[in-house]
Amino acid sequence: MIVSRGFRGRRRDGPSDRVPPGQYLTDDFPVLSAGPTPHTPLDEWTFTIHGVDEPKGWTWEELQALPRETVTVDIHCVTRWSKLDTVWEGVSVDTLLEEVEHDAAYALAFCDGGYTTNLPVEDLTGGKAWVAYSYGGEPLDPEHGGPARLLVPHLYFWKSAKWVRGLTLRDEDEPGFWETNGYHLRGDPWLEQRYWGD
Amino acid sequence: MTGTSELRLDGNAIGGLLLELFGAELTAAPCICAGCGAREEMARLDVYVGAGIVVRCRHCESVMLRVVKGRGHTWLDLSGAASLELG
Amino acid sequence: MRTLELEVPNWAGHRAGQHLDVRLTAEDGYQAERSYSIASAPGEGVAITVERLDDGEVSPYLVDEAREGDRVEVRGPIGGYFVWDGDDPQPVLLVGGGSGVVPLAAMARQRARVGSTAPMKLLVSSRTIEDLIYRDELDALAGNGFEVVHTLTRSQPPGWTGYSRRIDPGLLADVAWPAPESPRVYVCGSTRFVDAAADGLLQLGYDARWIRTERFGATG
Repeated sequence: MIVSRGFRGRRRDGPSDRVPPGQYLTDDFPVLSAGPTPHTPLDEWTFTIHGVDEPKGWTWEELQALPRETVTVDIHCVTRWSKLDTVWEGVSVDTLLEEVEHDAAYALAFCDGGYTTNLPVEDLTGGKAWVAYSYGGEPLDPEHGGPARLLVPHLYFWKSAKWVRGLTLRDEDEPGFWETNGYHLRGDPWLEQRYWGD
Repeated sequence: MTGTSELRLDGNAIGGLLLELFGAELTAAPCICAGCGAREEMARLDVYVGAGIVVRCRHCESVMLRVVKGRGHTWLDLSGAASLELG
Repeated sequence: MRTLELEVPNWAGHRAGQHLDVRLTAEDGYQAERSYSIASAPGEGVAITVERLDDGEVSPYLVDEAREGDRVEVRGPIGGYFVWDGDDPQPVLLVGGGSGVVPLAAMARQRARVGSTAPMKLLVSSRTIEDLIYRDELDALAGNGFEVVHTLTRSQPPGWTGYSRRIDPGLLADVAWPAPESPRVYVCGSTRFVDAAADGLLQLGYDARWIRTERFGATG
């Protein structure tokens, strides 16, 4: 290994009870993407839960009318940056799932642009996940997933799917876009579950 | 804030990665999209850098290659590329 | 900006337009990697020109800190598409924005080095005159069929008679070879710059297959 004298990078370390292993703090909000930014007009936007006898959908207006929460959470990207105390506003996934009858154990989030990610329903419920449409007090920017993204901060941020349009509930876990290509099925940053086999 | 157009690179940006994976210079290698059949040199494809690298057809935007590197492993999905001409 | 000369053991040479990947490792094993176009022409050793981005991770180190004797890891040379060797007699149009001029300057140096008579024009877009890279060297190369045209997009010095706007179809129509000349074109810079320049050339009737592009990310 060749060490470059004096090189440190821009990373900052943070309190170990808030920064998972292998992560560094960042002050900015890096934009990473798997494809072009979609631009779905709000009057065409819907969020739908599939995989149930009666699929349930919400238009943008209907989503806005649901009880909203403002949460302050830490987020952790598998590319090793973490950002503390980020403020989001949105609808709890619990609120959405209460509208359907299901006993599914897993969900596959699907998005404009084709991105998918899989999660156990347990990681989407109990106040752990939101469909977020506001960041830092402003409407969520398209580059960061606007008009709405999934927000599941206790898992690596690739699970917080940008441009989310719904969930398909399933009895079995179906790996999503990155989970079919090396990334861990669950992605707990505190267990450093980045890749297959972690 | 950087516009997402700035996030779209091209196949030149992964020339080093491909050299490492294939042991060959591939930026000029023609690739055929399994989605639409378009044939373009790797350097002319759209490259996005997210949790991993995604190479997309510039005509139909379907995913042609995905690469994830971590902990000494590399996961490479070529299923969206019907073929690559390696010279 | 800083041009760094690298001594690379067993360097087998390179082609104008190629780049190399540079990897830095901190003492605790943390690594960062970036790609830099090779500024030198083949036969002139290995030099890279690094633009310092204030919020960059690698460029501030390379520009401010790195000194003779320091070591980095390199991989390359890389590139088989965005290259020009000087053995093609077709006219060449080079369009560069900001640090995108680096590989294009290598092509201009290559032209002089091999004595190519292919007519070559380099159109450089910079924000201000202070941002102009290689100004003196490119002026010195001008002549003998090589012409440099500058545009300063943000501010111009007193008395500036050159272009003072972002590249648009009108500017390209002034500068670019007429389409019937079937020129080779190389465009390099940020994605937005490259897309705008390439689109503008298509509007002039250029064939998309003549135009080779290299997009730089906004990373440092």
